[in-house]
Amino acid sequence: MSAHDERRPDGGEAGQGPREGAGHGHKQPIGWMDKPDFVKRLFWAFYVICGVLIVAEIVFGKATEHPHPYEGPFGFYAVYGFISFWFLVLLAKPMRKLLIRSEDYYERQGRDDAE
Amino acid sequence: MLSSLPPFALFFIGAVAVGFTKGLPRKVLVLAIPLLGGLNLWFNVDPGVHLQFEFLGEYTLTPFRADKLSLLFGYLFHLAAFLGFLYALHLGDGDVDGAVAEEDQTGGDKAGLQHVSAMLYAGSALGAVFAGDFITLFVFWELLALTSVFLIWARNSERSYATGFRYLIIHVVSGVLLLSGALMLAQRTGSIEFGHVGLDDAGLAGWVLLIAFGIKAGFPLAHNWITESYPESTPTGAVFLSAFTTKVAVYALARSFAGEDVLIYIGTAMTFFPIFYAVLENDLRRVLGYSMINQIGFMVAGIGIGTALAVNGAVAHAFADVIFKGLLFMSIGAVMTMTGRTKGTDLGGLYKTMPFTATLCIVGAMAISAFPLFSSFVTKSMIMVAAIEEHHYIVWLFMLFASAGVLEHAGIKIPFFSFFAHDSGIRAKEPPKNMLVAMSIGAVLCVLIGVFPGQLYALLPMEMDFNPYDTTHVLVQLQLLCFGALGFITLMKSGVYPDEKRAVHIDAEILYRKLGPWLVRKVGGVVARIDTYVRASVLELVASVLHVAARAHGPVGPLARSWPTGSMVLWVAILLVAYLLFYL
Repeated sequence: MSAHDERRPDGGEAGQGPREGAGHGHKQPIGWMDKPDFVKRLFWAFYVICGVLIVAEIVFGKATEHPHPYEGPFGFYAVYGFISFWFLVLLAKPMRKLLIRSEDYYERQGRDDAE
Repeated sequence: MLSSLPPFALFFIGAVAVGFTKGLPRKVLVLAIPLLGGLNLWFNVDPGVHLQFEFLGEYTLTPFRADKLSLLFGYLFHLAAFLGFLYALHLGDGDVDGAVAEEDQTGGDKAGLQHVSAMLYAGSALGAVFAGDFITLFVFWELLALTSVFLIWARNSERSYATGFRYLIIHVVSGVLLLSGALMLAQRTGSIEFGHVGLDDAGLAGWVLLIAFGIKAGFPLAHNWITESYPESTPTGAVFLSAFTTKVAVYALARSFAGEDVLIYIGTAMTFFPIFYAVLENDLRRVLGYSMINQIGFMVAGIGIGTALAVNGAVAHAFADVIFKGLLFMSIGAVMTMTGRTKGTDLGGLYKTMPFTATLCIVGAMAISAFPLFSSFVTKSMIMVAAIEEHHYIVWLFMLFASAGVLEHAGIKIPFFSFFAHDSGIRAKEPPKNMLVAMSIGAVLCVLIGVFPGQLYALLPMEMDFNPYDTTHVLVQLQLLCFGALGFITLMKSGVYPDEKRAVHIDAEILYRKLGPWLVRKVGGVVARIDTYVRASVLELVASVLHVAARAHGPVGPLARSWPTGSMVLWVAILLVAYLLFYL
């Protein structure tokens, strides 16, 4: 979940520019997500879990009381989950291009009637 | 005596008492009322008609009827009210220690108003679920809107006033449709009993009622009141709003329209389209609004499938949803109380100073994502299995996709963008203890329902035999979720995942927020132009007639002249000659 942190190692320097009014003299803590080694290990742990889930399907197989005709192929759910995320985002991006408006879009009147 | 007192009465009487108290007595009251009411319902109220009387001679009003379906929602609403008030207990206490919000988020002088409003609102929800006839239902249906709008207006901003009015109008329309449908049905069947209606038997009355319920349930095109009003309400108000209105609608659909095929497709559409908006949306409470529509979609589809397992799944999911969605709204509300911010672009890194809130938020996120051992796993799966049993395979594929979508926006996005992601530099402390306790109870319930589903299953309205915990189900669900999360990681690492943007994304609300006013202005403009033209033309016509008349009859007009006698004689001579010629 911390891919963002890894791409932006500025997390640890956050103390340099807190918002006005923020902090109230707090010390600026270094969180565990600011440590790249820890984040890397977390990712690897997650990859191992994914691997285990695939191995588990080999070991236990799939046997539901009410099987769905499409769920038969090996790794169906894993592939479906992965593809769903990509499909979701790849479709959402062109949707954004079409639908995005400025934050005060609904408050403005008159001049953007034509939009 | 208490057993025949309708559950709403305690809340309505309580609301008056809450209105006249302050400080500690008020705190005791707002917690005691849902607690007492809930205990009374649990121990004293059995299924049956508890209050009924004649109305207008030929109709029977039933303000208090209990059966397994209404009792389940009754318990749920008492629980939701208790958690909501516990969460809102600090309102009116003044500044919160460690908050960095620029504006006060604790209600100020509107704290009492919010408590009274929430108490009446919870009472209205209870009134609606224990209503045994459509007229009583209509009264509470309208009261739900009238009492809850103050939770939006209490934000005290121009935007919240406007949103509140739109919220009211939409719900009043729903209420008017409900009353119309009920009257049409009464004329057709002679009964106003709130029971199964069905679209085939009831004809137009059925459709009108379905639309009335659908508006409150957030059917597609009528869904934007949810995404509009929740983000504009107070941090504590959103928790109440998310619990009652939509669930009353789900209850009404389950009672009147179970097994209607059209609901399967409406429900599936509701699970599907909001997840795209949820990916793009910046305001995290609006994301939760879209998430709400997605979850209600599962319930509506379950009601549409209509088998015992499916309807049980729908109401069980409603039960679980009130708790996990409440928990998510509470955690974002806690962030809002402490920082004054709810947007993904403004937040991030809060886990450093708000670790408890972050943990509780993650529990809610895992519960809504249907991880095994969490509540949604044991409730949503009933609907999914029922879809397969009834051979709705395509619908099932859509719902499976929507389940992955839930993980994306509610499971990952909500906790990730508020508590992790890039460090926003905001260093707010944990929220007040009452908020933490309310969230903790919600989190414990999410896990308890997930681990011991039998307790919830025993309360469900229909007989069924269902075990969510077989090896395959646990395995495939974990595969779906973990590989979905893997998809998220790859999307992030490759930079494909869209950044949060300060923007709005056009949705159906454009119809009444832009197109409607635009049409009124344009049509009004055309009418005004035609009006101006017609008026000008008529004036011009009148002016020209006056001009001609003036030319002929004016001081110098030929017809106003006095003629000399000589010319008169000449004209008479000419006429006589003409006369003579004519007769010759």
